[in-house]
Amino acid sequence: MYAHALEGGLLIGAAAALLVLSTGRIAGISGIFSHFIRGELGDGAWRLAFLVGLVVAPLSARLAGIGVVAPSLTGGLATALVGGLLSGLGAGLAGGCTSGHGVCGLSNLSLRSLVATTVFMGTAVVTVFIVRHALGTTA
Amino acid sequence: MKTVVGIVAGFLFGAGLLVSGMYDPANVVGFLDLAGNWNPSLAFVMAGAIGTAAPAFAWVRRRGRDLSGARVRLPDRWSIGVRLVFGSAVFGIGWGITGLCPGPALVDLDTGAPYVVAFVVAMTIGLVISAWHKAAGTALRLETSGEHPPLEPE
Repeated sequence: MYAHALEGGLLIGAAAALLVLSTGRIAGISGIFSHFIRGELGDGAWRLAFLVGLVVAPLSARLAGIGVVAPSLTGGLATALVGGLLSGLGAGLAGGCTSGHGVCGLSNLSLRSLVATTVFMGTAVVTVFIVRHALGTTA
Repeated sequence: MKTVVGIVAGFLFGAGLLVSGMYDPANVVGFLDLAGNWNPSLAFVMAGAIGTAAPAFAWVRRRGRDLSGARVRLPDRWSIGVRLVFGSAVFGIGWGITGLCPGPALVDLDTGAPYVVAFVVAMTIGLVISAWHKAAGTALRLETSGEHPPLEPE
């Protein structure tokens, strides 16, 4: 039942392994995106290339007729704006998000990333509990 | 070469989010909701990803070089400060209320949903503010330590 989750994880791990082996760079999306929006594309514009590959993946699945279940996007625009702002601000200050600290940092046996991942998992679990159970909104 | 590696890595990453179901906030929130109908998928994704990437990181870390032999410096693994902890705490709240984080948000832009666009615009603003904050902190430290800031190339 969780075979897809494991297979998807292998692909994500392969992406991180390819990038670090070939360029020594970290497949951290918030870091790549943050440098990109500030005009720092990196050698060979690798950051721009990575982001192109990332957005081409769902596009090519759609063009190839592979049915991807639409993501369930519940909540209003205010939720999206507040969530996006906090995610960007937090990941920027922490120097990484689920990919940079969670996948790459833990793979690199980084204590810094272990602390980051434990803290954001913790506040995310508490947030979901408050939103879903304490406030009683089923998202 | 780095361009090709970048595109392939980005594509694999995006495909991984799609195959694993992590592009869908419902699966992410299902993992974070310990008091609900718990969905352990995210743990399998992390296990698969870390199991694959860890040997590559170990190899590069020990050699200090990438496959081409060029010297590389991986990020610091040990310094833990207020910014790391506070930033992670804030990130977790944003992740928890939406079930979205930067990778899945960029992949979900393909849906064209205003919700995703709003998330990505706000995330961009948040990243820019944090970059300013970090730059201001660095400038202040250099000023108080009496050092000259490094010259920026024109």
